[in-house]
Amino acid sequence: MTDFDFNVIWSSLPFLWQGLQLSLLLTLLSIIGGIVLGTLLALARLSGIAPLAIVAATYVNLIRSVPLILVIFWFYFLVPLALGRPIGGFYSALIAFVLFEAAYYSEIMRAGIQSVKRGQVHAGQSTGLSYWQIQRYVVLPQAFRNMVPILVTQGIILFQDTSLVFVVSLRDFMTASSIVARTEGRLVEMYLFAALVYFVICFSGSMLVRSLKSRMAT
Amino acid sequence: MIDIENISKWYGDFRVLTDCTAQVAKGEVVVVCGPSGSGKSTLIKCVNGLEPVQQGRISVDGDDVTAKGANLTALRSRIGMVFQHFELYPHMSVLENLCLAQEKVLKRARAEAVARAEKLLDRVGMADHAAKFPSQLSGGQQQRIAIARSLAMDPIAMLFDEPTSALDPEMIKEVLDVMVELAQEGMTMMVVTHEMGFARKVADRVIFMDNGAIVEDRQTTAFFDNPKSERAQDFLSKILDH
Repeated sequence: MTDFDFNVIWSSLPFLWQGLQLSLLLTLLSIIGGIVLGTLLALARLSGIAPLAIVAATYVNLIRSVPLILVIFWFYFLVPLALGRPIGGFYSALIAFVLFEAAYYSEIMRAGIQSVKRGQVHAGQSTGLSYWQIQRYVVLPQAFRNMVPILVTQGIILFQDTSLVFVVSLRDFMTASSIVARTEGRLVEMYLFAALVYFVICFSGSMLVRSLKSRMAT
Repeated sequence: MIDIENISKWYGDFRVLTDCTAQVAKGEVVVVCGPSGSGKSTLIKCVNGLEPVQQGRISVDGDDVTAKGANLTALRSRIGMVFQHFELYPHMSVLENLCLAQEKVLKRARAEAVARAEKLLDRVGMADHAAKFPSQLSGGQQQRIAIARSLAMDPIAMLFDEPTSALDPEMIKEVLDVMVELAQEGMTMMVVTHEMGFARKVADRVIFMDNGAIVEDRQTTAFFDNPKSERAQDFLSKILDH
């Protein structure tokens, strides 16, 4: 146990890279889907139409009250029941992530929309733009821009959370590292390496957030 | 053109407008003044329906603004409005600011919208700044662009809500010059402002408000030379003697 062999990393790189690709793809698609759905939820909550606002608020509060791993399980078992056929671990995990993250993104976008001055809406209204045109061309671009650092931060958290997909037998980066660690009997080396990879990616993300923030402050 | 009949408005229990009645005829320039909190900005925002009223009726060019189910977007596209804080879209270039509603509301083709925008930028002396973003411009420049943005919609009337009160003193003139020119060309204008020099120069009438009510509605010279109410006399002595 005392002598470490880091060559195991080198020899298993292609396998690990496949896992990392899955983690990154799941993160990217979940961010896009989560932001789109989250923005719609935020618009619904701020629409002033009571039934819409209540449905959206209930959804957000419900989702934020359950653990992500439970949602992943749910969809893994429920979606095939609903559709009558299995859709595989990746798609069920993707649906779970999008629906789960949308609740968090909706709160971010809601804050973003509220950060846009009321006068901007008045300006749009006074030129005859419709409600949806004002949201689309005036409010959302500014809301999104104001919230980019927080959206990226949420993306970093999402990336870390993708390691939970091992529960539906998906081979993400973390799972791939575990498989190598166990089959090769190199637990310390592989888990150190996995930690290093997660750190590099997430820390780069944090640096990006910091530079975005300072660029926006000027 | 603009017909305000007995309107009243409340924020909760607080009454901001009390039974206001006023008219602005086609081609007329009417200045609305009064101490802060007198309801003049609220009144002008009611004219294009940005603020709803609880009582009374407003019509513009025959169209009822206050009717339930009024097509406000269509109506607003015909009335220009200029705001105290300019409200240019910060994420768009000057040119895009002028083109957005032309393309989305009036459905003008891109080339037509751009041509109209360039013509108006030239008119307000901002032709060289089309590609810039609002944050790169001074307050006076931004306000002139905001005026051009409204004019791009070919409005039948223009509303100004304290267009110079957020400006540094040296920039007030460049904005007022554009407004004077507009007035002299016969634009129907309703202007909330403290610029009494502007009022004297171009206003046909002055409406004086206090505590949410219209206290005086007079010909400009009559208002300045011989204000009837004590409150208007008091207001004028404060605003003119400094």
